[in-house]
Amino acid sequence: MTRSCKAYIAGVYEHPTRKATDKTLTQLHAEVAIGALKDAGLTMKDVDGYFCDSTVPGLGGLVMAEYLGLDLSYIDTTETGGSSYLVHVGHAMRAIAEGKCNVALITLAGRPRAEGLTSLPARDTGNDAPERGFELSYGPAVTNLYAMAAMRHMYEFGTTSEQLAWIKVAASHHAQHNEHAMLRDVVTVEDVVNSPLIADPLHRLDCCVISDGGGALVVVSPEIAKTLGDRNVKILGQGEAVKHLNGGKIDLTYTGAVKSGPSAFSEANLKPSDMDYASIYDSFTITVLETIEDLGFCEKGQGGKFVSDGNLISGVGKLPFNTDGGGLCNNHPSNRGGMTKVIEAVRQLRGEAHPAVQVPNCELALAHGTGGQISQRHGSATLILGRNDA
Amino acid sequence: MSREERVYADPSMNMENEEYWKATKQGKLILKKCDDCGETHFFPRIICPHCQSSNTSWYEASGKGRIYSYSVVRRAPIPYAIAYVTLDEGVSMLTNLVDCDFDDLAVDKEVEVTFRDTEGGEKLPMFRPV
Ligand SMILES: [Zn+2]
Repeated sequence: MTRSCKAYIAGVYEHPTRKATDKTLTQLHAEVAIGALKDAGLTMKDVDGYFCDSTVPGLGGLVMAEYLGLDLSYIDTTETGGSSYLVHVGHAMRAIAEGKCNVALITLAGRPRAEGLTSLPARDTGNDAPERGFELSYGPAVTNLYAMAAMRHMYEFGTTSEQLAWIKVAASHHAQHNEHAMLRDVVTVEDVVNSPLIADPLHRLDCCVISDGGGALVVVSPEIAKTLGDRNVKILGQGEAVKHLNGGKIDLTYTGAVKSGPSAFSEANLKPSDMDYASIYDSFTITVLETIEDLGFCEKGQGGKFVSDGNLISGVGKLPFNTDGGGLCNNHPSNRGGMTKVIEAVRQLRGEAHPAVQVPNCELALAHGTGGQISQRHGSATLILGRNDA
Repeated sequence: MSREERVYADPSMNMENEEYWKATKQGKLILKKCDDCGETHFFPRIICPHCQSSNTSWYEASGKGRIYSYSVVRRAPIPYAIAYVTLDEGVSMLTNLVDCDFDDLAVDKEVEVTFRDTEGGEKLPMFRPV
């Protein structure tokens, strides 16, 4: 089967650092950019489109464009938290299709650990933010906000802590093979549910790691892809959405993936059961569980059953996920997990994942990012990717 | 039941919501309703998020509701319970649960409004089990 596509991911790079005490933020952005361009077989001179979020210092992407010496005909600094990079890939694909650029560079970097961050308060959106007075004084933190989604999901659907724990167990099975992963010990369901409660009902092992680092992607036109060999990955579909509190009519049991997923699948003319592999943003175990339901891998409310008994473990279950160990075990650069989700999906489609977790004959894959808080306002973005010959 | 509570930061205010904070200072919880589409919304704003009308007006809430969801932050220096409470008026608001045994909390439990002083002398609406 040869599917047509409007653009390819030609290069990816994940920074190996997990604590960047000796590097500046712009240096990290530059190192991942250089790494991804080298991976693609391109140079900084080839880049005519640049995409970044607010992890770049200064006004939009201007500082980074100057630091890298870029000559740009296209710039996009869309900020949707950890889902930004999957939004950027879609925007880059469309900009390329319209002839506005040919080689799009997307970067993410951050050093929260070097800056001494040990836990995550909710983002302070500033004095002008209209919701601020109605939220900050009550002590929202990233953990308790996701915990409230988990608590409600448990109430409505009978989801259990043991079911959520299976998500961490699967991630740990994969992380044991990743030399860069922060947590490489294989854990059991008992280990997860017996770890300390951080914010009921989430335990310490339901939470992702905090790490420094970053990553970059290079998206190119089909004409350029043709000149670069056979490691390019097809962008078959992309969808994005924003979900918020809707004037107080809230439902915390689902995410924006209910819109971004169908939009991406429809553009790719594919369905969830076609996917050989999925990278799913895993800030917390509940993030994965709700997203799997919302993307249509199982019915709403059945996510607990779906993720149990190793169903997400490569070589064991039906939906191998986050084979690098994900945010739960590997890394979570700048508290934003979308970039590494795309990178591991690309590794799988190139056959370049660790042999112990490589999905045999991996032809079609999904990557999903979530940004912000699923219990407040968040961005969702879904990518459907295909192997070069898919 | 009496337990040490956190020091509550003052809420930030602006022209769109200062009435709300004047009311809480008098022990009242007020909400914003749209005079055109009839919907109550939260957080309160000048322009209705459901129909974009600027004909919105304040009214006093019953102060009754149910816990939509909650989480006890047990590892904070002073543990606390954060929650979304769905008011009888149909909107849900972020809040804290107080005057309660954290182990007796449950989703859908009936609660009523109560107020706590902030460090600068404002009052925050919070909820306790009925
Ligand atoms: Zn209205």
